[in-house]
Amino acid sequence: MRREIPLIITFVAGFVQLVDFFVPHPLVANAASELRQWSVIVIAASIVLGIGNLLRIHLFERIPRRTAGWPYSIVLLAGMFAMMITGLVWGVGEGTPFNYLFRHLKVHLDMTMFALLAFFIASAAYRAFRVRNWEATLLLLAAVIVMLGRVPLGSLLTRGLPTALQLPVVTEWIMNVPNMIGFRGIMMGAAMGVMAMGLRIILGIERAYLGGE
Amino acid sequence: MNEVSLWTGFWPFTPERFAIWVGAILTLCIYSFLYRDNPFYKFAEHLLVGVSAGYWALIYWNANIVGQLLVPVLRGGVLLPLVPGVLGLLMFTRFFPRFAWISRYAIAFYVGGYAGLAIPSYMQARVLAQVHAAMAPTVSITAALLLIGLICSLLYFFFSREHKGVLGGASRIGIWFLMVGFGASFGYTVMARVSLLIGRMQFLFRDWLGLIR
Repeated sequence: MRREIPLIITFVAGFVQLVDFFVPHPLVANAASELRQWSVIVIAASIVLGIGNLLRIHLFERIPRRTAGWPYSIVLLAGMFAMMITGLVWGVGEGTPFNYLFRHLKVHLDMTMFALLAFFIASAAYRAFRVRNWEATLLLLAAVIVMLGRVPLGSLLTRGLPTALQLPVVTEWIMNVPNMIGFRGIMMGAAMGVMAMGLRIILGIERAYLGGE
Repeated sequence: MNEVSLWTGFWPFTPERFAIWVGAILTLCIYSFLYRDNPFYKFAEHLLVGVSAGYWALIYWNANIVGQLLVPVLRGGVLLPLVPGVLGLLMFTRFFPRFAWISRYAIAFYVGGYAGLAIPSYMQARVLAQVHAAMAPTVSITAALLLIGLICSLLYFFFSREHKGVLGGASRIGIWFLMVGFGASFGYTVMARVSLLIGRMQFLFRDWLGLIR
């Protein structure tokens, strides 16, 4: 009951999607499409569950117990409720308070947080890019060429060279050939891993997602 | 001079100007982390988490719970979406340790569905399409490099035999391609972050302080 029914549900849900790919019959296509629609609703419910969990931790644990940094929990909840209430009351379209908060709070905070990484990535580069061996040198050279090739300075520095040796052209070549080769290999390896894991899940061999007990 | 510029930027008060001030102050709060972790950064960080949680919860709620479940059931009289609705509700049993195992039904449903969907789509897009692209029917140095490089990169991940002899040589060439790929991706990411940083500086010095045009 606790493990068998979930395993049966997994098998049926996975098998229908698999069959849909190999059997082009409207009956199978409709069933698979309906199940995909259902998944969207279940995933949305898990997002609501996540919000419930945030409330439980911050509103019912951190704030009442006055744990370290509890005032920040109020900030977190205020931001969350501000977005949810404005969206529920006035909608989410252009010109609504929800859209105003999105454009002037979320976008600014998101962009600044990602831009902050520029500093940390630079210090990481300093540590990672020491020329220790041939492979590290290749890494360093590729990174430097791509960085220089993406700014006007790169094109200025190599203006006098033949077109094929100018940094923007070399950068384009690195992105389209060696970079593509490396990532194609990684992508194919990862895809085979996903397929193997998918089969293990559908056949009930892999059960870690069901948790303990 | 700057003080005058700041006050002209703030007055007369409009929602847009207020938003620019809030955005600028939050940007500075996040950048204060470059000095060290501090209450201003923590404030902005918690606000970001709260606003993002509220934003995504509402987007999912509107698009999936309202759009796919409530409207079809309450207005259209369609009862089938109630099944994933009930599965979604089962997720909330996670709040009660005694009944938490019931949430496995919902988890099993979407894990199984995703596994079934992933197998053919990964095979098609990330394996077959990539092999097809790597074996372009043209005779050129780039086409040869794409094919040989891909084989060497894949051989690097072949661990069933010791990397000696021909396999060792090929996998070593594979590492070179991977290293160039990693370096290029790193350089690309750095430039993306730097471009975001330039965007933030433009916001502070142009939109907020009005020091640049």
